[in-house]
Amino acid sequence: MRESQIMKIHYITGIAALFVVAVHIMMRLIMPFGLSLGYNNVIANYSNMPYAILLESILVLIAIHGFNGLRIILLELRQNKHWEDAVTAGTIAGAMGIIGFGTRTILVANGLGMQ
Amino acid sequence: MEQVKVAEQSDAKHTEKAHKQEKETLRSSVTLRVFRANRKTSEHAHFDTIEVPVQRWTTVLDALLYAKSYKDSSIGIRYSCRMASCGSCGMKINGIPRLACYTKVSELSGSSITIEPLSNFPHIRDLVTDFTQFFKHHHDVKPYILGDDPVAPANSGQGAEGETYTENIQTPEDVDKYLQFSYCIKCGLCYSACPTVATDTKFPGPQALAQAYRYTADTRDADTKSRLNVLDDRHGIWRCHFAGSCSSVCPKGVDPALGIQLLRGHLLGFSKNENRVAEKKRKTLDLL
Repeated sequence: MRESQIMKIHYITGIAALFVVAVHIMMRLIMPFGLSLGYNNVIANYSNMPYAILLESILVLIAIHGFNGLRIILLELRQNKHWEDAVTAGTIAGAMGIIGFGTRTILVANGLGMQ
Repeated sequence: MEQVKVAEQSDAKHTEKAHKQEKETLRSSVTLRVFRANRKTSEHAHFDTIEVPVQRWTTVLDALLYAKSYKDSSIGIRYSCRMASCGSCGMKINGIPRLACYTKVSELSGSSITIEPLSNFPHIRDLVTDFTQFFKHHHDVKPYILGDDPVAPANSGQGAEGETYTENIQTPEDVDKYLQFSYCIKCGLCYSACPTVATDTKFPGPQALAQAYRYTADTRDADTKSRLNVLDDRHGIWRCHFAGSCSSVCPKGVDPALGIQLLRGHLLGFSKNENRVAEKKRKTLDLL
């Protein structure tokens, strides 16, 4: 993949993450903060399909944006092919791991047969 | 009414002159702290302190050459034109990359002037640095017009045995798009000031990227794609942090940071293809 395409994804995920996180924060502000973090409320959030999709999109967007940011920082640290390849593979694996684990959590809390 | 205007203008000029004089620190002598080290002899790096007489118009290069002529002939300096055209005498003066021939001693505050070699360049001796990597980056971005020779239809020009050449016409508006970037003198000051170059040795640097933009924006260039492919790399144009220090140190008023952002626009598809725009214009003019 060309670096310009990766950076396009980086910028788009960044802007999109800002939007979905803003929606998420606004949703949290519709009730008192303490109540919002109550067990039943949290589980109810995951059971609400549109909200679960919103949480999943936050997870995917931030994981991609964040891990690409980490890749950029690490690429500048050293300049040799082994390091660059290892950084790319490591960050892809990291992003996949985070997305996989987060998705599992959302599915379990949603009660979609993952318990 | 006109007299009042003239008086106001004259007042403004006087104030400007007073400000300029205020900025100047007039002294009869100055202490130079010159960085000394020799890579070949693995000489211990240190600063030599040399006192030199100065006048209002004395430049740092003049002061250094005085020191070299009358105090210590072993100081290693590189210089050539003495008029800010060749870019040979780039060095760090009081911590900022500048051309020694373009920096007057009276512009600098403090009683001593610290002179060091440029950062981000391999050091050779004293104030002399190695520009090999810098010019390699410059060469890599293909800083010339790519594409076919401007051959015109037969009978339209001169040339030996059927070879006909014509001018590659450009409008003044087309020239304006890249003109400021063509003033670059390859002095390396922007490269020395760049924080990304300091950490990433494969990064082409502001000078090479600004030159890449200069030729990308040129309507005569026919192969922008191959140049952009060189820049669209892991350590290419995307590694610029947009610190802007390259633009602030340029002695010729070039804005490499702007060139880099404009080039990014090309790569992301935000900017128009200059060639196509010029082609459209030409066709419209032909129709008229």
